[in-house]
Amino acid sequence: MIYEPSALAVAVFLLFVGVTLAISFRLGAQAKSSQGYFAAGGGIPWFVNGIAFAGDYLSAASFLGICGMIAFYGYDGFLYSIGYLAGWIVALFVIAEPIRRLGKYTFADALDSRFNSRAIRLSAALSTLVVSLFYLIPQMVGAGALVKPLLGLPHWAGVSIVGAVVVLIVVTAGMASTTYVQFLKGSLLVLFSVWLTVLILQRGLAVDERYRASVGNPFAVQQTLRVTADGQRLVNGLPQGKGPGQADFFPVGHVSKLPDGKLETGPLGPIAFLRTLQQSEVVLWSSATTTELDGSRLTTYSQRAVPGSEILRPGNSPTFKGVRSDKLQDKLNFLSLMLALFCGTASLPHILIRYYTVKDQAAARKSTVVGIGSIGFFYILTLYLGLGAMTSGAIDVTNSNMAAPLLARSMGELLFAMISAIAFTTVLGTVSGLIVASSGAVAHDLAESFVREPLTDHEKIRIAKLAAVVVGVVAMALGILFEKMNVNFLVGWAFSVAASANLPSLVMLLFWKGTTRQGITAAILAGMVSSLAWILLSEDTFKDVYGLPPEQAWAPFSQPGIVTIPLGFLTVVVVSLLTRPPKREADTD
Amino acid sequence: MAGFHPATDTTPEAASPRRTRLGLWLFATYLALYSGFMALNAVAPERMEQTPWAGVNVAILYGMGLIFAAFVLAIMYEALCRRIDRQDREPGGDA
Repeated sequence: MIYEPSALAVAVFLLFVGVTLAISFRLGAQAKSSQGYFAAGGGIPWFVNGIAFAGDYLSAASFLGICGMIAFYGYDGFLYSIGYLAGWIVALFVIAEPIRRLGKYTFADALDSRFNSRAIRLSAALSTLVVSLFYLIPQMVGAGALVKPLLGLPHWAGVSIVGAVVVLIVVTAGMASTTYVQFLKGSLLVLFSVWLTVLILQRGLAVDERYRASVGNPFAVQQTLRVTADGQRLVNGLPQGKGPGQADFFPVGHVSKLPDGKLETGPLGPIAFLRTLQQSEVVLWSSATTTELDGSRLTTYSQRAVPGSEILRPGNSPTFKGVRSDKLQDKLNFLSLMLALFCGTASLPHILIRYYTVKDQAAARKSTVVGIGSIGFFYILTLYLGLGAMTSGAIDVTNSNMAAPLLARSMGELLFAMISAIAFTTVLGTVSGLIVASSGAVAHDLAESFVREPLTDHEKIRIAKLAAVVVGVVAMALGILFEKMNVNFLVGWAFSVAASANLPSLVMLLFWKGTTRQGITAAILAGMVSSLAWILLSEDTFKDVYGLPPEQAWAPFSQPGIVTIPLGFLTVVVVSLLTRPPKREADTD
Repeated sequence: MAGFHPATDTTPEAASPRRTRLGLWLFATYLALYSGFMALNAVAPERMEQTPWAGVNVAILYGMGLIFAAFVLAIMYEALCRRIDRQDREPGGDA
């Protein structure tokens, strides 16, 4: 779909970027030491840190990906909300206090607290970089998706703008500016999502007139996109455009039937909205792509009237089809993803380093409670935002990531401007957290492992800033390459790698005295390599990344967590038992 | 804006094992709830379509219930940890 740029949206966006950069430059002078740069001096108030947790965590995947998935498939997107939030339980009850007690700047600090091992630091730094890069891709893709309607610029321009602004934020003031940008973003995201939800409920549900006009043969209504061998885009047989002799996709998403033959409901309460939708019928769109003999690729988008009771049950999307499948592999794929979401949160390096920005363990605990409250509340709202988008008549059938901003546009230009700018800030907040985590891993863990003398504060910060620029550039390149993938899907992979590589060693270090440095190092490497290999050999990667037939994939199902997380635990136990220090044997004797 | 002062951890260290035990119990409680959700989806997905209350189906009720349960358990944990810390600071308190 071709979007008209909005001057108001541009103005709000520029205002947000200006405020963000002003915060960064103001705090820059206070972050001259390693403690200031990597951990904001440990002086962030717990409430601010809790909302910053929300700002850090509620990424493009949460806002754009989940809303888009619910808008396209229904309940399945909400499964991500449930899994993402459940992961915070592991963070609060198992990880929060010990990691604050044991660590200083990075996740490797906690892992290495008992051993002083170069191998642990190297493997933990490597894992931080891999997980952060996996997580950065969907954020960058989200940025590109947003900038199209906001500024009327191409995808690569959005990715580059976000990359440049974030690198500037991180380089100027490190964790301090990142925290306050995330606090601002977290607050605004929750507040405006509440506003949008209230408007959705006020609007209620209504049968779309356009659907009623075509009621004689609704299933025949299609839209097509043909991309010719020389790159020309034809929509419904005409060149894509808004001018004469051109065609563009029309916005979709409407209710086709309401209960009791009503044409509109008027304002609805939160429960009544869900109940009414359960008894209604909504038109959803699916797509199929074929390659023609002339080398062109034809994508056909077809509409299908679906009962609300089907929309509000799990198992409609390709990702969660396993719920309703009879195949064991599909069931395992579903369980594997839900396990990765549960275990992944407490293993994400950019979340873990936020525990070092508060003064003590009690503050770490309190800020996690605030984080759970604000994040959980937002995730409940995602259900309404997604379903609101699904029935808004404003959806771009070619791009699920645009569902939330386009829903806002259907409510008015000001709201669209605010939501788009907030979504953009959402990307800024999460990406800056990821880049701080990566640069900390490079400067504090990698670089110190390779030099004999401890680095000075000045050297460490200089390396961190350089690393931030390099990681930012790599993230931009990957964000451009992965343009077409659903951002939520990519985040699922990041969670799998994080949970497989980091959680087993962290949990075993905290709860088993027999853990050795070799066990920790082996578990990180085994979890990381096995989950990465599994993903690279999976059906989804064959289809969406390599463009190969999915049946050629080697992995039996796409999500690795159910195999690779236990493998990580097994590795730490077996290797630790094999490498027990001789002293312990003497004691036993 | 926060000033960058050296952080001093005032959390009572002696009470740490009690807080850890409490955390593990609450974690186990939530794990049971979450596992039930996953199992119900995997084994009996048709159950998720039933509408036991207010015309809203089990999938939504259970899903929202999990989100609320996380918040309630988090608040409980914080309140109980504060009590444990307070007891620890009192003269003659648990150590």
